[in-house]
Amino acid sequence: MTTIDNGVNVQALLDAREVLKGAPEAAKFTWRASSKWQNGVHSTTSIQNFFGLGQEQSHKSETVFTADHPEVFAAEDNGITPIEYLLVGLASCLTAGVASVAQNRGIQLRSVESTVEGNHDIRGILGADSDVRNGFNDIKVTFTIDADASKEDIEALVAQSQKRSAVFDALTNPTNVTVDVA
Amino acid sequence: MLERGEVANSWRRERWDSLRLLTPNWQSRLPGHHYQGPDPDGYMTMGEVVEFIERFATVSGAPVRTGTNVTSVRRAGDGYQVTTSSGAISCRSVVIASGACNRPVVPPFAGAVPSSVTQITPFDYRGPDRLPEGGVLVVGASATGVQLAAELRRSGRPVILSVGEHVRLPRLYRGRDVLWWMDASGVWDQRHDEVDDLARARRLPSPQLAGTPGRGTLDLNVLAAMGVELVGRWAAVSDGRALFSGGLRNVFSLADLKMGRLLDTFDEWARAHGRDADVGPPERFAPTRVPEPARWRLDLSSGEIRTIVWATGFRPDYGWLEVPVVDEKGRLRHEGGVVGGPGLYALGLPVLRRRKSTFIHGVEDDAREVVGHLARHLPVRR
Ligand SMILES: Cc1cc2nc3c(=O)[nH]c(=O)nc-3n(C[C@H](O)[C@H](O)[C@H](O)COP(=O)(O)OP(=O)(O)OC[C@H]3O[C@@H](n4cnc5c(N)ncnc54)[C@H](O)[C@@H]3O)c2cc1C
Repeated sequence: MTTIDNGVNVQALLDAREVLKGAPEAAKFTWRASSKWQNGVHSTTSIQNFFGLGQEQSHKSETVFTADHPEVFAAEDNGITPIEYLLVGLASCLTAGVASVAQNRGIQLRSVESTVEGNHDIRGILGADSDVRNGFNDIKVTFTIDADASKEDIEALVAQSQKRSAVFDALTNPTNVTVDVA
Repeated sequence: MLERGEVANSWRRERWDSLRLLTPNWQSRLPGHHYQGPDPDGYMTMGEVVEFIERFATVSGAPVRTGTNVTSVRRAGDGYQVTTSSGAISCRSVVIASGACNRPVVPPFAGAVPSSVTQITPFDYRGPDRLPEGGVLVVGASATGVQLAAELRRSGRPVILSVGEHVRLPRLYRGRDVLWWMDASGVWDQRHDEVDDLARARRLPSPQLAGTPGRGTLDLNVLAAMGVELVGRWAAVSDGRALFSGGLRNVFSLADLKMGRLLDTFDEWARAHGRDADVGPPERFAPTRVPEPARWRLDLSSGEIRTIVWATGFRPDYGWLEVPVVDEKGRLRHEGGVVGGPGLYALGLPVLRRRKSTFIHGVEDDAREVVGHLARHLPVRR
């Protein structure tokens, strides 16, 4: 059997799955972000620390994300809009899933590309029509994958990746959100 | 053999009026006892199933004590103390054959449904005429859910079906019952120690199949064509509204792809075993059509639906089992029916030893092996 390598350490993930089955507390993670208003609708959000495996954890370095609105919204366009960050999250989560599932199923990937389109009727956020929701009406993701596998196997990779995706779940199912003033 | 009710109790008391087996008559076989009627390809009504099992109890001379409810089983010395509604029994060994489907499962958010909506489980359901007038939301699209959705829709009611992960199957494949293929190709005989992911195989929902005289397929495309509205998996109740998952398209893909792989397995088996001439040509079925747009929100107090039918699965009840062999999810811990406690055994649970374990014809091979183990256990300890 030729060894395939998509750069995912699947064995470590499978081992973690076995260990965490018997240790549900260690499986509880908290992801954190801290945000700061700059000016207008421009803000920066930084991420470095999180909690998991029973203790504080840290990324190798801090990442700072800039969000703003485009000039067509009469803003300065210092960065992408907040709702576009959801597309970043969805695309990167599904892509990571495709790579992991492919590794686990012994499928060598050569390229994985996707485009994500979120359809958004901005009359909702503008309060122009109370029947229009604020968020996306729908999102469409299109994958183009080059791999040593049949069309059906590639479709199954993408389906399994959605089934195990944190962001796909967070977008397709409701989540309780609490917003407090400290 | 202790039975709290009568022989074939679950088929008498826990099934709806129109139900027929989804397994064909020729497949209803128990050791030394099988269907001998004129319609081997048909599907038994509940009355026929009860008769079939009663006859088996008689011909096998099974020492059944009916009307004897087991209220506790406890470890005592090198055996067990069994308390029943008609006295106590001491024994060396216990075989738990109390069924895998003693209680309907209902998700916790059922408690948040407005009281104007009637909620029932398959154990309460008898037929469409016993429900309040108006629309019905059927939750769950496995065998029970698709059958009840079809029956309710045919009665003229508006029906919405909430669909999570499911197992799609055609009723007939290449001219044969799809369960003939499961049987003949050996898929159903696949053993628990050969299955890739046993935990997952044991959680697999029942297939979208119905036993009808017309031998028709009852998949989501058929239901949609009947006018059943498909929505995603019910995720939560918020402000009196049901919120359904937006991931409907993917549960369709997963089921379509999985069915395709199973049919590939059948085709390969037919080719390898020279059976291509006995069956029709290979077929592939249209993908499940995604409704445009699928609703993800339903106001439960608007009167649009008056009844919710929870077809969200069943679970066993081990409330009487006072031996620490049940896991945190209420499932019995066992290895092929050999339960942790010495002399304690189980039969009739999902993929106990084989994929067919929970079907009527599946118990024979399992029982032989489990009883073999039991017989070896007893003399060793004597
Ligand atoms: C809706 C539905 C449809 C099904 N359709 C099919 C089908 O088409 N084909 C098929 O092969 N299988 C079908 N099955 C699966 C079917 O349940 C099994 O095939 C088979 O009947 C299981 O038999 P069993 O004896 O293990 O369990 P059960 O039939 O559940 O019998 C368990 C018995 O134990 C008794 N009992 C439970 N607890 C106690 C206690 N504490 N004290 C005393 N007695 C107790 C119960 O009263 C019951 O009679 C279906 C299941 C359901 C729920």
